[in-house]
Amino acid sequence: MGYHAGNFDVIVIGAGHAGCEAALASARMGAETLLLTINLDMVAFMPCNPSIGGPAKGHVVREIDALGGEMGRNIDKTFIQMRMLNTGKGPAVHALRAQADKFLYQHFMKQTIEETEHLTLRQGMAEDLIIEDGECVGIVTKTGAEYRAKAVVVTTGTYLRGKVIMGELMYESGPNNQQPSIKLSESLRNLGLQLVRFKTGTPPRVHGDTIDFSKTEIQPGDEKPKFFSYETEYSDNEQLPCWLTYTSEETHRIISDNLHRAPMFSGAIEGTGPKYCPSIEDKIVRFADKPKHQIFLEPEGKNTSEYYVQGLSTSMPEDVQLSILRSIPGLEKVEMMRTGYAIEYDAVVPTQLWPSLETKVVPGLFTAGQINGTSGYEEAAGQGIMAGINAARKVQGKPPVIIERSQGYIGVLIDDLVTKGTTEPYRLLTSRAEYRLLLRHDNADLRLTPTGYDIGLISEARYNKFTLKKAMVEQEIERLKSVKVRPEENVHALLDEIGTAPLQQVTDALSLLRRPEVTYEHVERLSPSSESLTEDMKEQVEIQIKYAGYIEKQQLQVERMAKMEKKRIPDDIDYAVVTNLSKEAKQNLSDIRPLSIGQASRIGGVTPADISILLVYLEHYNKVVAARG
Amino acid sequence: MMIQDTIAAISTAVGEGGIAVIRVSGPEAVQACASYFRSKSNMAEADTHTVHYGHIVDPATGETVEEILLTIMRGPRSFTAEDVVELSTHGGVVAVKRVLELLLRSGEIRLAEPGEFTKRAFLNGRIDLTQAEAVIDLIRSKSDRAFSVALKQSEGMLSKKVKALRHGLIELLAHIEVNIDYPEHDVESMTSSYIRNRCGEACAEIDRLLKTAAEGKILREGIVTAIVGRPNVGKSSLLNALVQENKAIVTDIPGTTRDVIEEYITLGGIPLRLLDTAGIRETSDVVERIGVERSRSALEEADLILLVLNANESLHPDDLELMQKLSGRPVVVLLNKTDLPVVLDIAEVEKQFPSDAIVRLSVLKEQGLDELESVIKRMFFGGELESADLTYVSNVRHIALLNQARQSLVDAIEATEIGIPIDIVQIDVRTAWEQLGEMIGDSVAESLIDQIFSQFCLGK
Repeated sequence: MGYHAGNFDVIVIGAGHAGCEAALASARMGAETLLLTINLDMVAFMPCNPSIGGPAKGHVVREIDALGGEMGRNIDKTFIQMRMLNTGKGPAVHALRAQADKFLYQHFMKQTIEETEHLTLRQGMAEDLIIEDGECVGIVTKTGAEYRAKAVVVTTGTYLRGKVIMGELMYESGPNNQQPSIKLSESLRNLGLQLVRFKTGTPPRVHGDTIDFSKTEIQPGDEKPKFFSYETEYSDNEQLPCWLTYTSEETHRIISDNLHRAPMFSGAIEGTGPKYCPSIEDKIVRFADKPKHQIFLEPEGKNTSEYYVQGLSTSMPEDVQLSILRSIPGLEKVEMMRTGYAIEYDAVVPTQLWPSLETKVVPGLFTAGQINGTSGYEEAAGQGIMAGINAARKVQGKPPVIIERSQGYIGVLIDDLVTKGTTEPYRLLTSRAEYRLLLRHDNADLRLTPTGYDIGLISEARYNKFTLKKAMVEQEIERLKSVKVRPEENVHALLDEIGTAPLQQVTDALSLLRRPEVTYEHVERLSPSSESLTEDMKEQVEIQIKYAGYIEKQQLQVERMAKMEKKRIPDDIDYAVVTNLSKEAKQNLSDIRPLSIGQASRIGGVTPADISILLVYLEHYNKVVAARG
Repeated sequence: MMIQDTIAAISTAVGEGGIAVIRVSGPEAVQACASYFRSKSNMAEADTHTVHYGHIVDPATGETVEEILLTIMRGPRSFTAEDVVELSTHGGVVAVKRVLELLLRSGEIRLAEPGEFTKRAFLNGRIDLTQAEAVIDLIRSKSDRAFSVALKQSEGMLSKKVKALRHGLIELLAHIEVNIDYPEHDVESMTSSYIRNRCGEACAEIDRLLKTAAEGKILREGIVTAIVGRPNVGKSSLLNALVQENKAIVTDIPGTTRDVIEEYITLGGIPLRLLDTAGIRETSDVVERIGVERSRSALEEADLILLVLNANESLHPDDLELMQKLSGRPVVVLLNKTDLPVVLDIAEVEKQFPSDAIVRLSVLKEQGLDELESVIKRMFFGGELESADLTYVSNVRHIALLNQARQSLVDAIEATEIGIPIDIVQIDVRTAWEQLGEMIGDSVAESLIDQIFSQFCLGK
C-alpha cells in the first residue's frame, strides 16, 4: 500500500512544456516543488513538430521570457534554424520561429530543472489526488508514493486516457508510444470535473539520407538570427535548412482510394480534432479543388537523420502512409522511420477554471496546457508559467496574478479558455487579440517584465537593464521631438533620395519619422543618436513613433474597457435572484462565475442589456451589503 | 457597452408636439455639441443651467441644418449626474432626425441603449435605491422590444444588403489574417491594392445604401403597413380616408411612372408606410392578388397588417383563410361599416386575434380612426415616452453606423495609399465590419476564425 514519500508546497504532474514552466516558476518563487513525470527521458519532449514560435505563438514565447520563464532561453540555446516571419508586414505581427534540435531542447531543459533550487524532478505516474476538506493536498503514484502539498498543478498533455489510432489499429497509449495515464482521468472525473475527448495527430518521420533534396526547394534560416529571450545576446549555433516540396496528383489519388481505411471517416475517432491542423486526408476531402499541398521537410536535430514531414499529419494505416510519402517529389525512395498517428485524449472543460487556472470545484488544484483543451507547445507553456506562479502564490498566501487581454497573448489565451471555453483544440492566432497592435513581439518586456519582477521571477540585474532600456527609449523620443529639421540642402537631398515630399517649413525629427517612407536610419543621418542606443532600443523608438496614431487609438479602447474590467463581481452573488436577466445569461453567468463585468460581457449569451441589468443589480447589492455591514 | 462614453437619443415622442428634444449625456457632451453649434454664446464657458439660441451646422459642408435652443446642465446637477446637453429642435420627424444623425456621425457620441439614461441616473445615485428593480424592468422591456425591431429588420432587404457587405469584408479579413498567421502558406499574398479595391467596392455599396436612405427607399422611417381584406370591405376608402385626413407625403419612385406604389402618412404622429397602395386602388380582387408574389412579399415585409372585415356581413371562407394566414403576425383587425347593423361573429375573430387588437370602424362616418391610432401606439410604443427610442432611432442608428463604417473604409483605403502595412490596415477594415455587424446585431469574434479555416486549407 501507500507510503509517505515527501512534503512539498507545489506538485506538478507532467514534465511537458506546461509542466516545466509551472515547476520552474513555482520553485524560483521559493516554493518547494515536485515535478513528476511518467518517463524522465521525456522531459520537455516535442511529440509533434520540431519547432517553436511563429505568429502569436512566438509572441507567447517572448511573453514567457518577459515574465522570467524558460522556453525562450532554452530554444535560443538549442535552435538549428531561426527565421523572422512577416517582416514585410507591420511590427505587431513580426514573429520569430525557430526549428529546434528537439533532443538538445530536452537535454537543456532537463538540466536546467535539475539545477534549479527548491525543485525536485522525479519519475512516477500520478494516479490519484488526495483531497482533504474539499481541497487538493497531494497525490498518490502508481508505486504507492504519497506526496503531500498545498497545491497541485496537473499538466498531462495528451496522456489522459490517451489512445493512438493508425488506420484499423488502435491502442491505449500516450504520444510516441509512451504509457498513457488512465487512472488519473477517473480521479479527476470523480472530483466533479467535466472532461471532453479531443483528438490531434502527427505526421510520419523519414530518414534524411533517403530524401532527394534536389527535387525540393531550400528554406534557409536568417543570416542574422534574432532571439526569443531578452537575455540572449549572441549565438554561434550552426543553422540547418528546411526543404519545401508538394503533394502530387498521385498522392491525392492514393488518399481518395483509401478513404474507407481512414479512421477520421470510418467513425473510429470520436474525439474532436482541431480545424486548424487537419490531417492530409481531411484537407483533401475538404479542399478537393486544391491541386497540391505544401510539404515542409524539417530536420529534427543536428545528431539525427530524422526529418519531420510537415503538412502530412495522418492517421492512415502504415502501408498507405508509405505509399503517400513515396508519391511526393523528392520522397520517391524515402524510408519511413516513425509512422504518423492520431491520438485521442481527455481534456478538462476549461470554463471550470478561474482565470488563475485553479479549478472552481477543488481549491488547490490547477490545470494547465493541453489538458485545458489547447494545442501547441507555446500555448501549453504560457498556461504552465501562469499556473506555476499562481500555485506558488496561493501557497504563499498571495492573490493570483492575471494577465489582461490588453497585456499579452497569454491573457487572451487564458481569458478565452475560461470565459468562452472551446469545442475543439484551441490554437492561438493573432486575430484572437483585439489589441493586436499593442501586443507586439518587440514590446513583450515593456508589457510584462514589471510583472515578472514583482512576482520575483526577474532578477534585479535584468530589471535594472530593462528600466534603463525603457528610459533611454523615452529619452530618445523626447530628443527627436526637440531636433529641428529645416528645409535645407542636405535635408532636401535626403528626402529626394527616399522619394518623399520636400520639406516646406521647419519641422521636428519626430514628425519627419512619422512619414511612411522615412525610417529611423534616415533620421539618424540627419541627427545622429547617442552611441549607447542599441538596435533593440532604436527599433522601439521607431515603432512607437511611426504607429503612434494607431497605438493611441487602441490604448483608448483599452482604457475604456478597463473600467469594465475593474468593476469586480463578488463571488457569492446568486444570479438566480437577479430578476430580468435572460435565462441563458443566468445559466452561463452561474456556470462561469466571472470575476469582473468585463469578463461577464465576453460570455456567450450575455447581451449588453444583461450587463446593464447586472450593473444596476450590483450597485443595489453593494449598498445593501454595505448597509448590513 | 462602455460605462462612461457620451450618448444621445431623442427624448420626446417623435412626430408629436411643437418641439423635439435630443438629450446628450456624458463627459464629452458639451464639447461634442459645441462643434456643431453656431451661436453668439461660447458653450465651453457657458454656465450650467443656461439656455442658448443658435444653429446646428454641418461642419463638413458648412450648411445650416436647424435652428435650435440648447440647454446646458453640467454634472452632477443633471438627470444622469453627468454633463447633459439638451437640444430643442422644431417638432416633426425630419428636423430632429437630421440633427441626431449629425451628432452621431463622428462616432464621438453614440446612440443610447434602451433605458440607458435612466440606468446612468441610477448608477450615479440620482435615483433612489428602491427603484433598482424598476430600472431593471425598464432596461429589459426596452431591450426586448428593440431586439424584436432589430429582428424584423434582420429579415428585410437592408439587412440582406448589409449581410452581403459584411460577407465580402469578412472574406477580405480572413484573407488578410491567413497571410498574417500563416506567412509561409501558399495562399495568394495580400496586397495593398487588392485591399484598396475591395474596400472601394464596399464603400460604393454603402454610398448606394446611404443614397437610397436619403431617398427614403430602404431606410425611410415609418411602420411598414399592409392593408388586406376581401373585395369591397372598404380598403380603398380606408386608404383614402387615411391619406386625406393625414396630409400624406406621396412619393413618386422614378422608373415606376405608372403609379404610386407606396404612401406615407402620419397617424397622430405615428408615421406609417403603406404598402402596395396602387394595388389596393387598382384591383378589386385582393384575395386573388394575395397569391401574387409581390403582394405576398409585401405582406411578409410588413411591420403592421391592417385586416379589414365587413362587419355588416358574416365571415366569408376567404376571410377565415386570410385570418389563418395572418395568425401570429402583428395584425389590427378593422371591423368596417359598423354604422350598419353588425352581422359578423366577433367571437370568431377573437379566437384568432386579441380583443384589444380589434377596432370597430366606420370609414364612411369617420369613426374609429382615433382608436386605430391608439391601438397602433400601444402595439409599437408601449408608452408615450419610449416612442423615441425605436422606430426613428433605429433608422438614425443605421445611418450613423453606415456613415461610420464608410469612414472606416475610407481610412483603410487612405492607409493603403501611404504604405501602411496590411495588419494595421486590417484594424480599419475590421472596425467597418463590426460597425455593420452592429446594424444587424451579429456577434463578432469567433466567426472570423471560422471563416479563416473554411476559406483556406491550413494544417501542420
